[in-house]
Amino acid sequence: MSADLNAFITREEIEPTDEGPLSGQTVAVKDNISTEGVETTCGSAMLRGYVPPYDATVVERLKTAGATVVGKTNMDEFGMGTTTETSAFGPTRNPAAPGRVPGGSSGGSAAAVAAGEADLALGSDTGGSVRCPAAFCGVVGIKPTYGLVSRYGLVAYANSLEQIGPIGSTVAETAELLDVIAGPDERDATTREAGAETTYADAADGDVDGLTIGVPTELVEGADAGVVEQFEAALDELRAGGAETVEVSLPSVETAVQAYYVIAMSEASSNLARFDGVRYGRSGGHNDNWNESFAAAREEGFGEEVKRRVLLGTYALSAGYHDKYYKKAQDARAWVRQDFAEAFETADVLASPTMPVPPFELGESLDDPLQLYLADANTVPVNLANLPAISVPAGETAEGPVGLQLVGEAFDERIIVRAASAVE
Amino acid sequence: MVDYEEVEHVASLARVDLDEEEVERFAAQFDDILSYFEALDEVPAVEPERELDNVFRPDEVREGLTQEEALANAPETEEGKFKGPKVS
Repeated sequence: MSADLNAFITREEIEPTDEGPLSGQTVAVKDNISTEGVETTCGSAMLRGYVPPYDATVVERLKTAGATVVGKTNMDEFGMGTTTETSAFGPTRNPAAPGRVPGGSSGGSAAAVAAGEADLALGSDTGGSVRCPAAFCGVVGIKPTYGLVSRYGLVAYANSLEQIGPIGSTVAETAELLDVIAGPDERDATTREAGAETTYADAADGDVDGLTIGVPTELVEGADAGVVEQFEAALDELRAGGAETVEVSLPSVETAVQAYYVIAMSEASSNLARFDGVRYGRSGGHNDNWNESFAAAREEGFGEEVKRRVLLGTYALSAGYHDKYYKKAQDARAWVRQDFAEAFETADVLASPTMPVPPFELGESLDDPLQLYLADANTVPVNLANLPAISVPAGETAEGPVGLQLVGEAFDERIIVRAASAVE
Repeated sequence: MVDYEEVEHVASLARVDLDEEEVERFAAQFDDILSYFEALDEVPAVEPERELDNVFRPDEVREGLTQEEALANAPETEEGKFKGPKVS
């Protein structure tokens, strides 16, 4: 079955080092999270054969919690994509929607859980890369508050936006994995003390009585009719449980996709400068001078989407354009944060479809990068605002599963876990 | 707005060789994508929040990778060092 799905790049068991809450559980780990002694490629030809000399903090925590890691999952190259089709190791197929993509960039992780090839999985979410594949594969995914989970050992794409997040079949199981990986780490200075003592799995009690759920009109208007129908049905369920829904407005999301891509591409152009083929990765040879050698290594090692983002990021940061793109994107980011803060004055949780569209057909979306970027409209505002969000299955259209996204205030993961557990 | 030469220039800044077809394709796509980014000009002025503080720790020597571990993934090494291309 796995050969069909291509959910894993490397299948190799990593044994637990202790007994704990995840004893007996299998976990699939996205291939941009470092595993000592086990190849970690980021879905890129650049890192084919790269074997990290140390574990990411989250992997250490999995092992001491009793989990058995079953392999490294397929992903869009360096996390850059929404379909898992930009992987140098071939696309992953969606077990919940035949002929369609599993979403991305953590498509292998979500597909592995959906197909029962792992009990749980870790992904990373820079602009929706945990929530999108969770929605498309009909499983649960959480993007934690920025600073709740250590990024030590995560190969960096866009540091100011990304978080490692759990994927599972149920809200409670997914929240239990969050319990294991959350909490400060002295090796990641952006982790915070907030949330260190919080538990998550026990919040999945389905009790939404008295909860106020805000629905940002801008995130529903553009969605496919079939998706909206399932979304409305999920809201009905929440109201039946005693929750109240109110309309809220987030005018800033109109420029959120633009801001997200400018910031992510700019950070990527800087982060991926390390891949010069000298300390690790594909070598550009020694016959030319260093600039030519590095440029050759990067031509051969990087796929088209990675080149596109590195170049656009370089452009956005270059002399004469920095103020026009990068600085404006930071203003747009501050605006998004302010908008969310205002929305949370009237609502406890915000709800929208996770993805405005059902899963794409395999190969359908590769030719037009801009159209694909627009599919991230509902997920990227959350990363820009550093907030936690969960995607929970909410029915299906003829094309495949639909996800309900619930967004909370910073370090208020418990409330989104609770609300999500009421609709599953 | 974005022409062939401009893509080549950015590619050289980013140290990424491109073939001719890639440069042509990127020129057309960058035009679309950068036009889309133009909407950022309409973003109103917002007071940026200062949320993050610098975090310091004492600068103490601790165990790191061994030389062997650090060199293990290098395509080429020589006498315990990384081997790279000529610098000029």
